[in-house]
Amino acid sequence: MTRSVARPAGPDAAPPVGSGPLAARRRRRLVGLAALLLVLLAACLASVAVGARAVPPAAVWHALVAPTGTVDDLTVRALRLPRTALGLAAGAALGVAGALMQGHTRNPLADPGLLGVTAGAAFAVVLAVSALGVTNLSGYVWFGFAGALLASVGVFLLGSGARGGATPVTLALAGAAVTALLHALTTAVVLLDARSLDAYRFWQIGSLIGRDPGVAGRVAPFLAAGLLLAAANAPGLNALALGEDVARALGQRIGLVRLLGVLAVTVLTGASVAACGPLAFVGLVVPHAARAICGADYRWVLPYSALLGAVLLLVADVLGRVVARPGELEVGIMLALVGAPFLVMLVRRRRLARL
Amino acid sequence: MTSTVDTVGTRVPGRRGVRLGPASWVLRPRLVVVCLTGLAALVLLVAVNVGLGDFPIGVPDVLRVLAGGGSHAQRYIVLELRLPRTLTGALVGAALGVSGAIVQAVARNPLASPDILGVTWGAGAGAVAVIAVAGSYGGISGLASTVGLPVAALGGGTLAGFAVHLLAWRRGLEGYRLVLVGVAVSTALANLTYWLLTVGNVTEASRAMAWITGSLNGRGWTDLLPVAAALGVLLPASLLGVAVLGALQLDDDTVGGLGVRAGPARAALVLAAVLLASVATAAAGPVTFVALAVPQVAMRLAGLAQPPLLASAVFGAALTIGADVLARTAFPVELPVGVVTAALGAPYLMYLLARRARA
Repeated sequence: MTRSVARPAGPDAAPPVGSGPLAARRRRRLVGLAALLLVLLAACLASVAVGARAVPPAAVWHALVAPTGTVDDLTVRALRLPRTALGLAAGAALGVAGALMQGHTRNPLADPGLLGVTAGAAFAVVLAVSALGVTNLSGYVWFGFAGALLASVGVFLLGSGARGGATPVTLALAGAAVTALLHALTTAVVLLDARSLDAYRFWQIGSLIGRDPGVAGRVAPFLAAGLLLAAANAPGLNALALGEDVARALGQRIGLVRLLGVLAVTVLTGASVAACGPLAFVGLVVPHAARAICGADYRWVLPYSALLGAVLLLVADVLGRVVARPGELEVGIMLALVGAPFLVMLVRRRRLARL
Repeated sequence: MTSTVDTVGTRVPGRRGVRLGPASWVLRPRLVVVCLTGLAALVLLVAVNVGLGDFPIGVPDVLRVLAGGGSHAQRYIVLELRLPRTLTGALVGAALGVSGAIVQAVARNPLASPDILGVTWGAGAGAVAVIAVAGSYGGISGLASTVGLPVAALGGGTLAGFAVHLLAWRRGLEGYRLVLVGVAVSTALANLTYWLLTVGNVTEASRAMAWITGSLNGRGWTDLLPVAAALGVLLPASLLGVAVLGALQLDDDTVGGLGVRAGPARAALVLAAVLLASVATAAAGPVTFVALAVPQVAMRLAGLAQPPLLASAVFGAALTIGADVLARTAFPVELPVGVVTAALGAPYLMYLLARRARA
């Protein structure tokens, strides 16, 4: 292992001009990113082609380039494309949100789903739909933000009273308790209100289907804003990885960095929940995979997490269409069946290392 | 033959003993009072619950019917139509209460309970798997339903409990790790249950709801019977083992010195707890947080150092029936009882975490 690999990649560790191990590593990371982009493209194609009605690749191409109104064209353009776009957006958002949460709490178990943030957003959205009669996404997405913010603050207050601050385990337990409460309240509200009962399973588990086709487009500006906030947060997050004191000594304004992070997580999670319901485990699994590929530098972890999150969500969605033929399995169920063993593996580690 | 033991020879000043044949207990007046109060509350709540419905019946009338009086119509409505549901709720609550008390006493951890350790959702997944398999052969009924469902639930619950223990075992069990592994396994099993529900074409909405949130709606004598049988055998058995349970509060060397074989005793008690929780889940679906909260409440009310079994049974039944009354009356639509117990129990779990954090 070369010396430069062992060096902490702080914000001031910008690669020197010219070649050398740092430049080589940077090339490797760029190549990895490009490869991941190809994988994502393949996942998108699979998501468009696979389903109750299989569409051959030639027909997919036909539908995308020169639609003539055949059944395959309609299937692809009206059903599969919006669904794929939704999965792409929500997966990227949740992956980045998970990476941000793990970075800020320095907690390997952090995930918007596990720490109750998605449950808070879902409850607020359901409440807005049922009690206030908000019906369009641009209206209730704000409630999603408020719910996500309140839930995350609540979980952190609850989990951080412990000796020596919030440990990964107390935070995860607090998240489980808050999720259980909000889940029960959401169920109650949905059962009491026949109008939202139609979408019951969607609010219970999280799903990419049964949404009106324009949802992905309407949620896109919020997700773009969230991703921008996250990108702005990456250098500060690198400094925070060295500890608050060191980060302050390096000239970071801790409060600002934290605020930026909370805002980004809130916007990303709230918007993705408003679009497709509470989804857990994307934000847990993806950052670990990203770090395994590209190291601990958040300027790379965040884009890797975005791509990996989108790939994971799309692949889980496609698998859900395959395993339960002729029916379909909500993507939330598939994610839990994949993600729960991963959580067990993390918990079983001898020490839950602080990130 | 009951007689009080001469207290002069014993080393427990101020505690009187009760001896029945070879077994003996310490007489605790406060525990007796708490149990009786809980029993009175339970009877009252059962009467209120039975009285609810399209044809409301007052509490005095219900009590009169239960005592053997009342008009013909009232007798029919109370005994034939409504009592099975309420009684199922009471027995499910009692089974969950005892199960939680045993697990918490053995694990010496107030966070431990069958629903957190994966047993409840494992039992649910087992039972729903049977429904899903039977669904492709034209439904499940009769003996297969009375015997098959509880047995499948038992298998699922036991397997899940074992799996959680194995996965959390790492040179000993650590409380938090156990709970977190339990949360993960429960999540996986809950989602497996959702899947099986779609595979099994459980089109009947109330039936599916019971397996997702826990509901007493439409429970009858066939649901009641397995819980009653399990409770009838296991509650007296565990009451006889209460001295062993007391010994298990001490460290393993002391337990051995007291003449109790810690390993087998623990295994037998936990097996009884898993059995009770599984059968309860087979009857009413996952009614969460009863097994977590009730033993601790009973313990505090009785002023003891470990959860009391009988009082936990009484309070578990009272809590479940109380939650059901709330679920049926407080809202314009009847909610599943599991939603109310979760909404009441989750804040308790939060309180537990906050209190632990400060200690």
